[in-house]
Amino acid sequence: MTASDQDANVPTAEGAAGALTASDGPAAAPLLEVDGLTVRLPVGGVKRAVLRDVSLTVRAGEAVGLVGESGSGKSMTARAIDRLLPGGAEVDGQIRCSGRDVSELAGADLRAFRTKVAMIFQDPRAHVNPVRRIGDFMTEAMRTNLGVPPRYAQMRALDMLAQVGIDDGERRMRQYPHELSGGMLQRVMIAAALLTDPRLLLADEPTTALDVTTQAEVMAILDELRREYGLAMLFITHDLELAAAICDRTVVMYAGQIVEVRSSELLHDDPLHPYTAALAAARPDIARTTARLRAIPGRPLSAFEAPADECAFAPRCPHASDACRAGVPGLTALDGGLSRCVRAAELRGQLTVSHE
Amino acid sequence: MLLASLLIASFVIFGALYLAPGNPISALSGGRALPASAMHVLEQRYHLNQPFLTQYWYWLDNALHGNLGLSITLQENVSSVIGARIWTTAGLVLYAALIILVIGIGSGIFAALRPGLADTSVLVSTAVSAAVPSFVAAIVLVLVFSVKLGWFPALGNGAGFWSSVQHFTLPAVALAFSSIAIVSRVTRAAVREESDREHVQTAISRGIPSRLLVRRHILRNAAIPIATVSGITIASLIAVAAVVETAFSLNGLGAYLVQAAESKDLAVVQGISLVLVAAFVLINALVDVLYAVLDPRVSLGSRAQ
Amino acid sequence: MRTASLLRGTGVAGMISAAVILAATILAIIGPFVAPYSPVLPNLNMTWVGPVGGHLLGFDFAGRDVLSRLMAGAQSSMLGPLAVVAGAMALGTVIAVVAAWRQGLADTVISSGLDILFAFPGILLAVLAAAVFGAGLTAASVALAIAYMPYVARVLRGAALKERGQPYVAALEVQGSSATSICLRHIVPNMLPLIVAQATIMFGWAMVDLAAISFLGLGVQPPAPNWGVMISENQPGILQGYPLPALSAGLCIVGVVIAFNVLGERLFQQAQAQQTRLQQPQVPQAQVRQRQAVAR
Repeated sequence: MTASDQDANVPTAEGAAGALTASDGPAAAPLLEVDGLTVRLPVGGVKRAVLRDVSLTVRAGEAVGLVGESGSGKSMTARAIDRLLPGGAEVDGQIRCSGRDVSELAGADLRAFRTKVAMIFQDPRAHVNPVRRIGDFMTEAMRTNLGVPPRYAQMRALDMLAQVGIDDGERRMRQYPHELSGGMLQRVMIAAALLTDPRLLLADEPTTALDVTTQAEVMAILDELRREYGLAMLFITHDLELAAAICDRTVVMYAGQIVEVRSSELLHDDPLHPYTAALAAARPDIARTTARLRAIPGRPLSAFEAPADECAFAPRCPHASDACRAGVPGLTALDGGLSRCVRAAELRGQLTVSHE
Repeated sequence: MLLASLLIASFVIFGALYLAPGNPISALSGGRALPASAMHVLEQRYHLNQPFLTQYWYWLDNALHGNLGLSITLQENVSSVIGARIWTTAGLVLYAALIILVIGIGSGIFAALRPGLADTSVLVSTAVSAAVPSFVAAIVLVLVFSVKLGWFPALGNGAGFWSSVQHFTLPAVALAFSSIAIVSRVTRAAVREESDREHVQTAISRGIPSRLLVRRHILRNAAIPIATVSGITIASLIAVAAVVETAFSLNGLGAYLVQAAESKDLAVVQGISLVLVAAFVLINALVDVLYAVLDPRVSLGSRAQ
Repeated sequence: MRTASLLRGTGVAGMISAAVILAATILAIIGPFVAPYSPVLPNLNMTWVGPVGGHLLGFDFAGRDVLSRLMAGAQSSMLGPLAVVAGAMALGTVIAVVAAWRQGLADTVISSGLDILFAFPGILLAVLAAAVFGAGLTAASVALAIAYMPYVARVLRGAALKERGQPYVAALEVQGSSATSICLRHIVPNMLPLIVAQATIMFGWAMVDLAAISFLGLGVQPPAPNWGVMISENQPGILQGYPLPALSAGLCIVGVVIAFNVLGERLFQQAQAQQTRLQQPQVPQAQVRQRQAVAR
C-alpha cells in the first residue's frame, strides 16, 4: 500500500518542494515527464499490461488533455504519476517531476511531492469521507503536511470556497458531505486541491459524474482558477471537444498507448491519427441532421486485449493496410505533433471529419 | 419503537401465565396444592377475578413501581430477589463485554492491517471459537485453568473486589468466547472494506501519513459497523449469561431464572424475564443512538435499514 | 446435478464439513441401534472408569459407556435443531415473501412487527416456554423457532425484494400469472441458494442454543441421551479429575457446529456471488475485471 511509504519523522516541506518548484522559465526542464511508462496489473490473477510505453511531458503552467475511452489507460496514467496504483502493480519506465524520479521518493519527500501535485477525482461523493465535516476535509492537508495553524487554515479554506463560487462558506464548512450536492462537492474538492499550493493538477474526469449544466459551471471554475494561479494541469476525459477547449495540447490514448499528440487548435480540423478522427466524427453535430450516428465499429480494447504485434487500432480502422499489421507502429513526428499511425503522412488531410 | 417492543414483550411475558395448561392459580403455585386461604390471597393479589387486560394493567403498574410479586418457592418479594442478584449478572456481562471489545476489535484490526499469516491465524481461530458454545468453553476453561493449573477458582462468587474478579474471570471468558469471533470478523471486514474506499485514496493522494490515515479515515469510518455489531453482540450476552452462571454456580439473575423455571415459580420467571428483556431493549436503543452519533448521514431510529 | 456443483464450489473445507454433517446425520438415524452398549442403563460399579477394553471413551458418572451414549445422543442433538430450522425457515420465508410482494403498508407493518420480535433472545424465550409448558425438547424447539424467525425474515426479505424488482416478474405479472404462483414457482426457487445457506448456518446456532437449554435442564430430560445433557450431568467429573465424558460430548457439539458454520459460510458466499453475477449486464468476465481495475 502506497500510504506506508510516506511515514517519516518530521515533514520538511521546504527541502523537497524546492526541488519540485525549480525555475519555471521556458528553458527549464518540464514540470512533469513521463518516459516509457509501462504498467502491468494483476487481472484475474495474471499480470496484464494496462499501459504500454507511455511518454508525455507537461510544462509549467501548461494544460494538457488526456483523452481516451474506457480501457485506454488514461486514469491509470494519472494514478501512476501520483503513485496511487493498486497493489501488485509492476511499473517500468520513469516518471520525473522537475527532474526528480517520482518512484524513488519516500517518507517526507513523497508527502511533499503529493502536496505539490494535487489530484481531483471523478466521483466527489465517493472520494470525500462522509463522516467528517467539509471544513475538516479542506484543511486536513494544510494542517498535516504544511503545519499550518488551524485557524489560519480555516481562513484560507473560506477564501478558497468563495473563489469556487460557494457562498455562505462558514456554514458549508460545518456541514457534512451528504448535505451538499454533487456539483458543490466537486467545487469543494477543487478548492481543497488548490489549498496546498500545488504546481500540477491531475484532474481525472472531474465533471463526468455531474449533470450537464453543473458540468459547464464546474469546468469554467476549474479553468479560470487554473489560469489565475498559473498551474499546470493534466486533464483526463473521454470528451475530445472538452479537452480541446480548455487544454493547450491534447494527447489521445488507445489500448494503453499514446496514439496522437497534437496542439488543441489543430486537433479537430487536422487530426494525425484515424482514431482521433473517428472519435471526433462520432460526436453528433448539433447543427446538422443525419440519418445515422457514426460509431466506430467494434469496441474499445484495453492494452492486454489488443493485438500485441500490430497496430492496436488496425482491426477497427477504415484505413488499415498490410503495413499496419506488420508490427507495432512507433510514434512519428508530424507538423509539431506525434502520431502512431504508419500511414499518418499519406492520410494527412483525408482524416477530417465529414458529416455526410 | 423500543417502547413498543418493551410493551409487547411485557404483554407476552404476562400472557404466558394464561398459556400454561390449567388455570392461573395452579400456574402461579406451580401445580402445588394450596390451602384455601392462600388461594384467596393469590386471587386478591393478582386480581384473578378481573378481566384479562385489567390484570395486565395491574401487573404492569406494579412492575413499574418495583413490585413484581412474590416468589412461591422462596417466600420473598421478587424485586428483592432480583436486587440481590442483579449485580452479579451485570458484573459478569460487563466483564465479558470488556473482553469481547478488547480482544475482538483488537484482533480484527490486527488481522485487517497485517495480511498474511496474522490474518489467516485470526480467521481460523475465530472460525473455531465461533462454534464453541459457552458451556463447552466453560468446562474446558475449568479443566485447564482451574483443575490443572489452579490459576482461577472454579465455582462461586467470591467476596470482596479482587476475589470477585478472580471468580468472575473464567465465567467472563466463557461467556465472551463465542462472541469474540463475530466481532473480530466484522471488524476485520469493516477495516478492510474501508481501506479500499475511494475517500482513502483521496487522503493518500494528499500525502496524509499512514498513521493518521488509519486513525482518521479507516478506523473512524469502520467504527460504524463495528459499534453496531459489538452492541448487538453484547446485548445478546444477557440471555447466554444464564448458561454461564449455571455452569459456574454464580448466583446471578440468569441462574435463578433457570431454577425458577424448573420449579415453575412463575412470578419469578415473569419478573426476571421482564428485567432481562428491558435490559436487552435498552442496550439495543443505546446502539441506535451510538450509530446515529457515529454516522452523520443517519437520523435516529433508522438503523433497521 | 446442481447440488453436486454447488458442493464442489465450496472448496475442500466445504466438502469436509459436508462429510462431517453426513456422518452426524447417519449417526442420528441409526445411532441408538448401533451403539455397542446400553446408553441408558446405569451401572454403579463402573462410575468414572477410564477407557478400557471395548470402551473407547470410558464410563460416565452413572457407569454408562460414553461412546454408546454419544452415538445414541446424536438423535436428539440433531433432531431438535432440524425442527427449529425447518420451522423458522418456513415461517420466515413466507413472511419475507409476503412482505416483499405486497410492499407498502403490509411491508411496513410486518417489518415493524419483526423489529419488535427481535427483543426476545432465543434462550430467554425457551426458558419462558419451559416455565409455562414444562421442560422438554418440543417446547424449547418451538420457542427457538419463533425467536429465530424474525432474523430469517429480515435476511430473506431483502433478497425477496430484489427478486420482486427483476424484470421477469413484471413480465409474468403482465402475462396474468397469479401472485402465489409467481412467488412459489419463481421467486422462492431463485432465493434457494440463500435459503439453503441461511438454513445451514442457522442449524449451527440452533444446535448450540438447544444444547445450552438441555445443559440447563430445561430441554431434553435425563436419562435420555443428549450431548448437552451429557455435559451437564458429567460436569462434576471435571473437578474430580474425570474430564473425558463431558469433554467428548462437548467435542461432538463443537465439531458438528464448526462443520455447519464452515459449510454455511461457503454456501453463503456462493449465493452472494450468484446474486452479483445475475445483476451485471452480460459482459465478458475479463473485460469486467479489467474495467474494475482501470476504474480504481
